[in-house]
Amino acid sequence: MSRRSLVVVSAGLGQPSSTRLLADQLAAATRRRLDADAEAVDLRERAHDLTNHMLTGFPPRELERVLDAVAHADGLIAVTPVFNASYSGLFKSFVDVLPEGSLVDKPVLIAATGGTARHSLALEHAMRPLFAHLRAVVVPTSVFAAPEDWGGATAQGPLAARIERAAAEFAVEIERRESPVVVDPFDEPTPFSELLG
Amino acid sequence: MQFGIFSVGDVTPDPTDGTVPTEHERIKAMVTIALKAEEVGLDVFATGEHHNPPFVPSSPTTFLGYIAARTERLVLSTATTLITTNDPVKIAEDYAYLQHLADGRVDLMMGRGNTGPVYPWFGKDIRDGIALAVENYALLRRLWREDVVDWEGRYRTPLQSFTSTPRPLDGVPPFVWHGSIRSPQIAEQAAYYGDGFFHNNIFWPVEHTRRMIELYRRRYEHYGHGTADQAIVGLGGQVFMRRNSQDAVREFRPYFDNAPVYGHGPSLEEFTEQTPLTVGSPQQVIDRTMTFREHFGDYQRQLFLMDHAGLPLRTVLEQIDMLGEEVVPVLRREMAARRPAHVPDAPTHASLRAAAASASAGVDA
Repeated sequence: MSRRSLVVVSAGLGQPSSTRLLADQLAAATRRRLDADAEAVDLRERAHDLTNHMLTGFPPRELERVLDAVAHADGLIAVTPVFNASYSGLFKSFVDVLPEGSLVDKPVLIAATGGTARHSLALEHAMRPLFAHLRAVVVPTSVFAAPEDWGGATAQGPLAARIERAAAEFAVEIERRESPVVVDPFDEPTPFSELLG
Repeated sequence: MQFGIFSVGDVTPDPTDGTVPTEHERIKAMVTIALKAEEVGLDVFATGEHHNPPFVPSSPTTFLGYIAARTERLVLSTATTLITTNDPVKIAEDYAYLQHLADGRVDLMMGRGNTGPVYPWFGKDIRDGIALAVENYALLRRLWREDVVDWEGRYRTPLQSFTSTPRPLDGVPPFVWHGSIRSPQIAEQAAYYGDGFFHNNIFWPVEHTRRMIELYRRRYEHYGHGTADQAIVGLGGQVFMRRNSQDAVREFRPYFDNAPVYGHGPSLEEFTEQTPLTVGSPQQVIDRTMTFREHFGDYQRQLFLMDHAGLPLRTVLEQIDMLGEEVVPVLRREMAARRPAHVPDAPTHASLRAAAASASAGVDA
């Protein structure tokens, strides 16, 4: 199998961002198991693009490139801060402009950060159903990082173990699949005789 | 090449002073604008069709019939005629009637309409949009081309021994364009019939528009109507001009910032960079419009959106004066100089009548 591609979306707003830090650790753990390139996308940098896309109906150039990369990726790592018991509005805005079908049968690793461990189930009651709706293949282990998880930094704490387990599941799902084929409706239009049919 | 204006017919408050025209004022303004188009030497005026506020043009043939009576040369068109929610029988009748009144100065642009709630008001469902466009247009073509039609389909009452009256002027149906921003099926439909394809162009980046037009051109050739570069292409454009480009930007910015469709989104600078919107001097408009030919090939019709976003009528008329006096004469000359001889003009009633006559002469011989 040729080299795989991952897109690593982070909706963290701070700079530096703990959400981005978690995203990077998930990407690194995946790449230890899989020959893959990873493109990091900080949604903060695309925030204006996302609003403009929603208002005009077309994505600005750089956002379009990112959406295209997601559609072509072998796997998606999606990491959001938890705001008011769910994914952030910025994160959802990105999901809302994904072209229809972009995530069908695509392995997705979901993760989140929050101010307290009491928010950890947002991954299960908000993130997982969202991606289920999009018919993505969400791996069983989701990863939540609370402030206390960062205390040990690179130590072999519970967070590191969860990252490794999630990355292992994610890599297996990617390896089981061929790379996605993105159909371009402008290449092969439906012949008019069929439309008339 | 044809140059003209297309109007959405929106009633939008002027963001600089809050003035809102009444429907009556807006309708009369559209009349004034259409007459101005002929006065300054433009070729085409196309009216939108809408059945919901804040738009006034619900009855395009009433409007175009009135304009026909007060003009001599202007081609009267639509942007767009709703092929989905209108009964194709009524379209066949209305526009054939208009052809007679206007002595053939009529063509139409078919569109689907993108406002979901409008469809059920006319007994339709937006999810059937493409299928409605396909079936209704297939019927419309027959109503204009066959004196007696027996027909049965999914979306309207069957017809038995039906004759749409009046018959098209000189037995020549109006030329039809199909407008679509991003549905490949509509480019395919236009290509299949050898009809024109119009891309509104103004809200989208060039790359998107180019893909639609390339698809139409490729399929036009596939269906045997001519080579790809002979396909009949129309484009929209959106401009605001002042002698000094800084003045144009300063004056247009509040209208841009508050405009329906893209207002409160990208900046004027971002939008002019990403889409064909040109705000500047007449020369900048000429330069930008000439790039359309490079992006999309030699094309047949250029329509500009001038009266929208709450711009006052006086300003719109000034814009049309500049368009007719300073921009279009140069574009006509420059486009013609670059155009290969085998690329046709947009069909007109006269050219279609001549083609029909020579075809039947060929059959007789």
